[in-house]
Amino acid sequence: MSEATPREIPRIVTSRWDVDDGFTLERYEATGGYAALRKALDTMTPAQVGEEVKAASLLGRGGAGFPAGVKWGFCPPGVFPRYLVVNGDESEPGTYKDRLLMERDPHQLIEGVLLAAYAIGCGQAFLYVRGEMALAQERIAGALNDAYAAGYVGRNIMGSEFSIDVVLHWGAGAYIVGEETALIESLEGNRGMPRLKPPFFPAAKGLYLQPTVVNNVETLSNLPWIVANGGGAFAELGAEKSTGTRLFAVSGHVNSPGVFEVEFGVTTFRDLLYGKEYGDGIRDGNKLKAFIPGGASAPWFFEEHLDLPLEAGAVGAAGSMLGSGAIVVMDETTDAVKAAWRLVRFFARESCGKCTPCREGTAWLEKLLRRMLDGQGRPGDVDKLMDVCDNISPQITWPPKQTTICPLGPSVVSPIASAVLRFKDEFAAYCGGDAEVTVAIGGKAYLSQPTQPEQPEPAEAPA
Amino acid sequence: MARFSPENITLAHEIIDRYPVARSAMIPLLHLAQEQDGYVSDEAMTHIAELVDATPAEVLGTCSFYEMFKREPVGEYLVNVCTNISCLLTGGEELLEQLEEKLGVKAGSTTPDGKFTLEDVECIAACTEAPCLQVNYRYFHKVSHDQVEELLDDLSLGRLAHEVPKHGTLSRVRQQAAPERRARVARPTVNVEPVWLARNNTGTTT
Repeated sequence: MSEATPREIPRIVTSRWDVDDGFTLERYEATGGYAALRKALDTMTPAQVGEEVKAASLLGRGGAGFPAGVKWGFCPPGVFPRYLVVNGDESEPGTYKDRLLMERDPHQLIEGVLLAAYAIGCGQAFLYVRGEMALAQERIAGALNDAYAAGYVGRNIMGSEFSIDVVLHWGAGAYIVGEETALIESLEGNRGMPRLKPPFFPAAKGLYLQPTVVNNVETLSNLPWIVANGGGAFAELGAEKSTGTRLFAVSGHVNSPGVFEVEFGVTTFRDLLYGKEYGDGIRDGNKLKAFIPGGASAPWFFEEHLDLPLEAGAVGAAGSMLGSGAIVVMDETTDAVKAAWRLVRFFARESCGKCTPCREGTAWLEKLLRRMLDGQGRPGDVDKLMDVCDNISPQITWPPKQTTICPLGPSVVSPIASAVLRFKDEFAAYCGGDAEVTVAIGGKAYLSQPTQPEQPEPAEAPA
Repeated sequence: MARFSPENITLAHEIIDRYPVARSAMIPLLHLAQEQDGYVSDEAMTHIAELVDATPAEVLGTCSFYEMFKREPVGEYLVNVCTNISCLLTGGEELLEQLEEKLGVKAGSTTPDGKFTLEDVECIAACTEAPCLQVNYRYFHKVSHDQVEELLDDLSLGRLAHEVPKHGTLSRVRQQAAPERRARVARPTVNVEPVWLARNNTGTTT
């Protein structure tokens, strides 16, 4: 139980969110913008910039949480050109942070792109923005035009020999394109379907089969601060393996939904859901039923998980993930079957169709749940649901086992197993009273039990 | 409808010129076609195929994968209502039902006057502002029951014309850089180490 209020921390990526013109070059320059780039170009070698990022232990903020500095190091030596691709295709249900970073502080992202490209040795970068985000595209286009004209992007940046073209690219509506090899396919003009692995990382063979680093918007937005203040200063914030600050979007049944920058690894779910300056408690004084700790793909958490810190290791050990920083809160009025169905429909709709377990499995799960909600559920349906889940991801473990090229299909198991195992009675009510599960379950969070309220010692039974 | 207009052919070449491989411009060009005609016509796809050195079937293959590309005309205003989890919890379905009733059409269809197309969409990244919707990809946050009627009236009467451009127009700002400012790096087939990486060997920054 964390008693202390979170300590005062610097706002690393949200420092310009409160000002209306935070997206302009003038405001960016007036508030320390492009100073980190100048520092790097004037005083640091590319390798030194990479070392700072490694020292910061910056974990990727896209969902998988892979250390950014390590990812950069996977580029094979001596193979050029290398490309940098920015993943701005934010679409995981509940996730809302990259859009804000792109709309409100596009120059910070561009400076992050430049620092990464300088360190890795990329002569071209592509900013892949989700198609539906017209304002973000406008802000980035404007920022890039200004940055080119001011000499921050393009040929011989700030008079140095560092040159790079940054291209604004935008998608056209497909969640799967957030998977990095699908993103690359899309950027090559193809249908956005993930590539067969290996190679596991596009750093070996990515865009045009050249070494390619794909980083998330929030990840790169941290770089100007890290280079300006040092990787060590960043690593001092947060927990040992979850350093710095992180953005969390708290949505659903809280009094005060919002996107909050908090110290990573230290703040707890309880702080974020109930803290006055954050979610401010459950609406209407209702009780918490469940919450999603890291986007639609994450196993649900419950009351007994509230005191876990927002730390990748601790959340992973408890059987879920922080994923993309999307916390969705459901109060006691929520229909668990309905919520599970809506999440499953998402995966069914967004499956690219390449792998059979995902294409067929997600569609059948959606149909089964829809049938229940339509009042046509039958005894045995719940076990059938779990059986299909077991086929998509054997043993329903966490992290999920994969029968598919990418994690989209196995992700569908999370909402179903979470809801079925915790709220069996609700499913039984839709299925003629039967919600028996015979399939073996491996995932820890799915099997979590409610904490028992403290009971007074039962009185001695009369003899 | 049509192939690209002369102005859009110029724009198309500018877009293609940003990429090391022309085919990478396929999605931006499909957006350009949709901006020109409001949807992506067969003729436009044939034209794109010529411009990026692909077959029309390959362009159709890409086009048909992505939800935003419409291959038939849609309403003047495309109203996308999110009903995914955060919106579901805060009234997204009720919002969609209200719009279906007001417009007299089901999600997925267009009003007879061609004014509105209504869609039930997946998460649009405004979860803390739920329930939310987009009109021609412009956001409307925390849309209440009372605001729906006003929104539809405003749109019908053209009062939001400066905020909501016609369907197909995404960014109203186009990326532009003076030719002499462009870095113009080598093509993917040419293996040359970027000059600044030599700093790593000398340990100096000058």
